[in-house]
Amino acid sequence: MKVSLFSTCLSDILFADVAKNTLEILERLGCTVDYPMGQTCCGQPAYNSGYLKEAKQSMKQMMKAFQDSEYIVGPSGSCISMLKEYPHVFAGDPEWEQEAKTFASKCYEITEFLVDVLKVTDVGSTFKGKVTFHSSCHMKRLLGVKEQPKILLNNVEGVELVTLPNEEDCCGFGGTFAVKNAAISQEMVSEKSRHVSETEAEYLVGADMGCLMNIGGRMSREGKNVKIVHITEILNTH
Amino acid sequence: MSVKIGEIPYKERIQNGIKDDFMRQAVSSAQGRFRNGRLTQAEALGNWEDWRQLGSEIRAHTMENLDFYLHQLSEQVARRGGNVFFAQTAEEANEYVKNIIKNKEAKKVVKAKSMVTEEIGLNNALEEAGAEVVESDLGEWILQLDEDPPSHIVTPALHKNKQQIRETFSKKKGYQGSDTPEELAAFAREQLRQDFLAADVGITGCNFAIAESGSITLVTNEGNAEMVTSLPDTVITVMGMERIVPTWEEMEVLVSLLTRAAVGQKLTSYITAITGAKGPEEVDGPEEFHLVVVDNGRSKILGTEFQSALHCIRCAACINACPVYRHIGGHAYNSIYPGPIGAVITPLLEGYDDHKELPYASTLCAACTEACPVKIPLHEHLVRHRQIIVEREKKAPMAEKLMMKGFEQWSSHPSLYNLSAKLAKPALGPWVKDEEIENGPGPLKEWTDVRNFSVPQGQSFRDWFKQRQKDGESNGNKES
Repeated sequence: MKVSLFSTCLSDILFADVAKNTLEILERLGCTVDYPMGQTCCGQPAYNSGYLKEAKQSMKQMMKAFQDSEYIVGPSGSCISMLKEYPHVFAGDPEWEQEAKTFASKCYEITEFLVDVLKVTDVGSTFKGKVTFHSSCHMKRLLGVKEQPKILLNNVEGVELVTLPNEEDCCGFGGTFAVKNAAISQEMVSEKSRHVSETEAEYLVGADMGCLMNIGGRMSREGKNVKIVHITEILNTH
Repeated sequence: MSVKIGEIPYKERIQNGIKDDFMRQAVSSAQGRFRNGRLTQAEALGNWEDWRQLGSEIRAHTMENLDFYLHQLSEQVARRGGNVFFAQTAEEANEYVKNIIKNKEAKKVVKAKSMVTEEIGLNNALEEAGAEVVESDLGEWILQLDEDPPSHIVTPALHKNKQQIRETFSKKKGYQGSDTPEELAAFAREQLRQDFLAADVGITGCNFAIAESGSITLVTNEGNAEMVTSLPDTVITVMGMERIVPTWEEMEVLVSLLTRAAVGQKLTSYITAITGAKGPEEVDGPEEFHLVVVDNGRSKILGTEFQSALHCIRCAACINACPVYRHIGGHAYNSIYPGPIGAVITPLLEGYDDHKELPYASTLCAACTEACPVKIPLHEHLVRHRQIIVEREKKAPMAEKLMMKGFEQWSSHPSLYNLSAKLAKPALGPWVKDEEIENGPGPLKEWTDVRNFSVPQGQSFRDWFKQRQKDGESNGNKES
């Protein structure tokens, strides 16, 4: 199966290991993976802040970069949900409407792709440790991907998965919200950090680096030594 | 009062909320109860999503045909001896009610809980007309005694705990009992009973008006609406113009959604219905009935992309699900409509000048949209508000605008993007300590005030990928 990797700008620039792990999992499962070099950012920082005109430019760039792709797979429910929003953004635009629909229909979050398209629920990895999972808001509510990451995690040998209290609550990241409303964000992320501590897990696992960067940054500031890992790291450990 | 409740600036309101430990404790525990109640009831119903879909379709159909149903409602109310007044503005509505009070020479007015009368500031108008106004919903009564605005649309005194309520009762009403809820409620009941008996006029809001029969229905747990509509000779119902359903059948669906979504109940203790004035064959009901239908900015929302905001049935499920509300409380929104629905409708009703921060008081986590029993896409409305604030109202800060211009260039020119991917690590170098940044420059400052920032792990993924491809090719192991 031919797959185009969408690294997300965050993983491309700050967390390259997340993109590497995603690539290696896909290859290990028999996919031929390419990486279109024209890709940049999904446009969410501008779109969610109200800068539609600016966001559309990055969205067009993304559609151009992936125009020959069959499947577009990335390690972030939030970024993928933004890509899936393109048809709504370009509705009524004669030049881009159809393009946006075709593009959106090819996009998958990595755990969604593994479970729903490749029909793989056990990637054959081993990871020893007590982990708790933070389910990201956009991934579960906008993309509707809820069970897939847990199905995969439960099948990893050695993983002890404990439930995060108030798992459904937002961590307080919200893109520009984290800086625009820093005071509220601080309360939200501190509450999340408390819940993570309550689980006594060694690892906090998530499927979105935005949330993990926020929670991890706060926990590190609080001097807590819970390790933050993206789910692809666990799925790619043998 | 208007929709807006005060003049304290946004940042200060947020700080006031965050620092109020009592309020946060009360809100957090109430949110937990309401949320669990909603989820339990939704599960017990079995096909909650089908109910939500039906509720959403009923609301959409009613708003699409609002003129027809309002006309039908007014005909029916008139046929049953009631008077109907369409008020375009808050002032018109208040004036109409004031005139009734004056004509009746009413001394005492009892009210059932109503958000729209808060919105139009009816209590002030009535006091100007010389009448004493008594709120009979327990939460509203507590707030009235304390001269405090509501912080929630269903449980208006949510921000207060029982010790605070005991104090209010003792200061304002000479209460000497304990702070057990039963004793507090019994005291309120005894006090309010005198007011019900002495009132000349009763005023209610409206949960759902039934167009087909001309009935007004009220949903309460205290039965106070029952007293307000049956004891005084004159009853006035004030309703927002969107609070209407075609027939009793749709009302049943929406009430089923409302009570479950609001407080996790299958049904409230009381559903009160009032249909016009007392007829010649009837033994009770008001001698005189007035229905005031309030527009106050609602018709401006019809036909716009915000129309679904009018679908709201005021259950507050979005408020109970909102993590931002949990930390800042209702007063921080500076609107009698707080939380996600408040952040959507307040700027629509009163404009952006005083409320431009509200659409940003959300992480767009969509917990609100998920909780809404009539499927209003609340988080999408918040994004649309932000677009209007940026593009039409031009109220965005200059620094943000410049940053977004930069974003546009960066994200639409891969060469610029590539360069930034290469430069990110060396550029951040001076601020790095133990592989993290604790005190970031420029736009990172607000971030690092609260938490550490991650430093690029090494080369960017794309550079690594290019290298990998090159190595692969030189090894004669060509990758696609």
